[in-house]
Amino acid sequence: MIPILELKTVSKRFTQKLDASTRLANLVGTPFGAKPVRQEIVQAVDKVDLRIPPGKVVGLVGESGCGKSTLGRMAVGLHAPSEGQRLWKGANLHTATQQERRQAQLKMQMIFQDPYASLNPRKRVVDIVGEAPVAHGLVQGAQKEAYVTELLAKVGLPSAVLRRYPHQFSGGQRARVGIARALAVQPELLVCDESVAALDVSIQAQVLNLFMKLRAELALTYLFISHDLSVVKHISDEVVVMYLGRVVESGPTEELFQRPLHPYSVALLRAAPELEAGKKVFRPISGEIPSPLNPPQGCHFHPRCPHAMPKCRETAPELVMVGLQRLTACHLHA
Amino acid sequence: MNPPALNVRNLTTVFDTRGGTVTAVNDVSFSVGKGEILGLVGESGSGKSQTAYSLMNLVDRPGRITAGRIELNGHDLAGLGEEGWRRVRGRRIAMIFQDPMLTLNPVLRIDTQMIEAVQAHSGASRQQAREIARECLVKVGIASPDERLACYPHQFSGGMRQRVAIAIALIHRPEVIIADEPTTALDVTIQEQILFEMQTLARESGTALVWITHDLSVVAGLADRVAVMYAGRIVESGPAAQILAKPSHPYTAALLDSVPARNPRGVPLFQIPGAPPNLLEQADGCAFRPRCPKARAACADDIPVLTSGEAAVRCLAPHRALQEALAA
Amino acid sequence: MPSNPWKEFVAAFATNRVALAGCAVLLVVMLTAVFAPLAAPQNPYDLGLLNLEDTKLAPGTRSAVTGAVHLFGTDEQGRDMLSAIMYGLRTSLWVGFVATVLAFVIGSTLGLLAGCVGGRLDALLMRVADIQLSFPAILIALILVAVLGQGVGKIITALVGVQWAFYARTARGAALVERNKEYVEAATGLGLSRARIISCHVLPNCMAPLIVVAALQVASAITLEATLSFLGVGLPITEPSLGLLIANGFGQMLSGKYWISIYPGLALLLTIVAINLVADQLRDVLNPRLQTV
Repeated sequence: MIPILELKTVSKRFTQKLDASTRLANLVGTPFGAKPVRQEIVQAVDKVDLRIPPGKVVGLVGESGCGKSTLGRMAVGLHAPSEGQRLWKGANLHTATQQERRQAQLKMQMIFQDPYASLNPRKRVVDIVGEAPVAHGLVQGAQKEAYVTELLAKVGLPSAVLRRYPHQFSGGQRARVGIARALAVQPELLVCDESVAALDVSIQAQVLNLFMKLRAELALTYLFISHDLSVVKHISDEVVVMYLGRVVESGPTEELFQRPLHPYSVALLRAAPELEAGKKVFRPISGEIPSPLNPPQGCHFHPRCPHAMPKCRETAPELVMVGLQRLTACHLHA
Repeated sequence: MNPPALNVRNLTTVFDTRGGTVTAVNDVSFSVGKGEILGLVGESGSGKSQTAYSLMNLVDRPGRITAGRIELNGHDLAGLGEEGWRRVRGRRIAMIFQDPMLTLNPVLRIDTQMIEAVQAHSGASRQQAREIARECLVKVGIASPDERLACYPHQFSGGMRQRVAIAIALIHRPEVIIADEPTTALDVTIQEQILFEMQTLARESGTALVWITHDLSVVAGLADRVAVMYAGRIVESGPAAQILAKPSHPYTAALLDSVPARNPRGVPLFQIPGAPPNLLEQADGCAFRPRCPKARAACADDIPVLTSGEAAVRCLAPHRALQEALAA
Repeated sequence: MPSNPWKEFVAAFATNRVALAGCAVLLVVMLTAVFAPLAAPQNPYDLGLLNLEDTKLAPGTRSAVTGAVHLFGTDEQGRDMLSAIMYGLRTSLWVGFVATVLAFVIGSTLGLLAGCVGGRLDALLMRVADIQLSFPAILIALILVAVLGQGVGKIITALVGVQWAFYARTARGAALVERNKEYVEAATGLGLSRARIISCHVLPNCMAPLIVVAALQVASAITLEATLSFLGVGLPITEPSLGLLIANGFGQMLSGKYWISIYPGLALLLTIVAINLVADQLRDVLNPRLQTV
């Protein structure tokens, strides 16, 4: 089955370009022995392969600096990859025409994290949701209101809210408006970047249920990015675990949660607080998450890994298949 | 019998807003013993943060505390003036905030800030203060403390900054520490490290800890006792294991049911019907009434608090567990 | 419950009594300026109406010739000061507002482009603005006037030339902040064109600080024009503004005929203070961080 979206060996580097004054300072200062200011390069995503099967929910988990948000934005087309290819239903988007690319762009939409910042505070709901479909000719200007009302009903909001501004809504309602906005351009893939992280538990339940309902009704595919493992476990069919820009493990949800292979996955799953466990004796792994500006050599996880071998310091492990659909990047399982 | 480290009785805090008077903290009572960890759980608008600020008398206008007793090891703090509170804050009660950048001044070095904190309540010299600061950093598990003391907050990660905030809270060995969502913004593995430190500290130093959060799973792992807040009131409290396994109040039960961990995969999550209450339109009686499956006419009047041993619940129709206990 | 954003704004503005007073004064000033030809007791520029016997009358004296009372006295040419001030206000406010509006439009556009497009355009525009802002405004105005000559249009051009940089800086700063917000990312993801994003999404959210700058700059423009006119290089004698009136009466001060200079000065002062009070309150109301419950 052709994945609906495939990212092949994509990487993303963020460079902080030195401006003219810093370059001048470097030129003048270095003859006198001053240390030159170096360009800072962050390797946010490092040669990642991601395959999203149609109709499935792929969960993407990891902590700060793992690159999951950047990967999500590359998937949707908000960031251009520094290397690698993006294939939409098998077609390479780099070699596609402008027209094809624009069409594909509309088919993948992002649902953002912050329900407060992701809506334009100066626009009414009808304009927020209705602007794009009208601009792209999906709907005539005269039918905008009717179209938006229908969409709002799908996400569980009454038509009375059409003329309201974002600040008049609660967090959960704003999240729904954001979903309606994404649905307005009739997408096939939704990338949810921590979309329920800012919501209360009871509201989170409502929004997650909405995601599932829409998935069934509209045959949507999801890439669900979250740091909350219990949410990912509940909603995803497959899970991908990232650490400092690399994929360390992936596989079907049940299996991965029951039997994590990579030492980082083991630590992550064990650290996640659980409701059922009762009073816990914490046994944390040591060390801080390294800064993406200066990741450790070889395997990024080796300074914190309880099973680190000399090999881990030198070579970065490859992602290999260790079972049915199970991939892991670790010298222990090579 | 020793008095509890912190005993709060009938605390009430209101806000005079343009839209009306909001009772953010409504007749809240709880107590925390020495070395005990109390988890104060609630969603947005439940009043948990305002409770924390009220305990330190840090409520800003237009809010004010209108009623209640706050007893610290038996001493009532209600009558204290500005200077009295200043001597209590930081020395006998300390607070840890969610965003460590709120505690740490971004333009001052760590040692400057910690020395300042030491000297606020003791006559220590700069050198002695630095020593104390260094010890506290070691106590929270920060390696190479001398280097860290010379750094600025922005040179630290979020987890490190939070540890520094905890270290500052520990400087004067307070009797009570109030932590307002301190790990909500942190990564899971870092959160585990912080929880480990807090658990050890509470045990070893006998400090009472009030841990405010919306995350029930964190409370499950850390707290000895739990108090659940809804619309400014404590609706249920008691031993953590008991409440989380067998909740008595319908809200607690509904909240636990909507957590993903409690629902089988692929099945829609349990949703609490209705919407969170509008605090401007507070009626008499139980605030959860519009959303409660067991609401009846009597719920429109004042609800008494039913207690059974360590547990207490503010409900006319608690779940069977407590009913059984009461009947016995 | 959908509420009217305008009503909320007015309610928030009205919480400060002093600002309300300033608003009232400003309204009076503006009405005076607009209706000057109708309300003024005498057209001060109609030479036929001037009476040489009525020169330098003290405030409140009755004219021996016409019988009318000159509330603010007359100047050395027999012009009624009240009328002269009303017409002067008209010119001053007109020049001030037009210059502000033009500077607003030009400066904001350039600033928005600099913030949203970035790169070399941004660097170029901001260096020009920086260089200009490092000179005193009056100096730049004098240079521009010397080059362009006198006349209402040319003065307005000079004022715009001085003031655009404030708007550009503010607009650029606001645009840089808004550009990284998620709703702009969402608009990009929805395939909206860049021009549309800048004009329909970024610009409306940058308006608050720009309006505050504009309110403060109106006062600044009026003062600048008054200074230029006082120095004799501003508006020509055919279109006297308050500055020119002050300049004219300056020579008479030492001989005790203070009203010819002081009254226009007071009118100018009152206007500027009123504008500043309104602008201050606008800034507090429009500042999201200061919004209390």
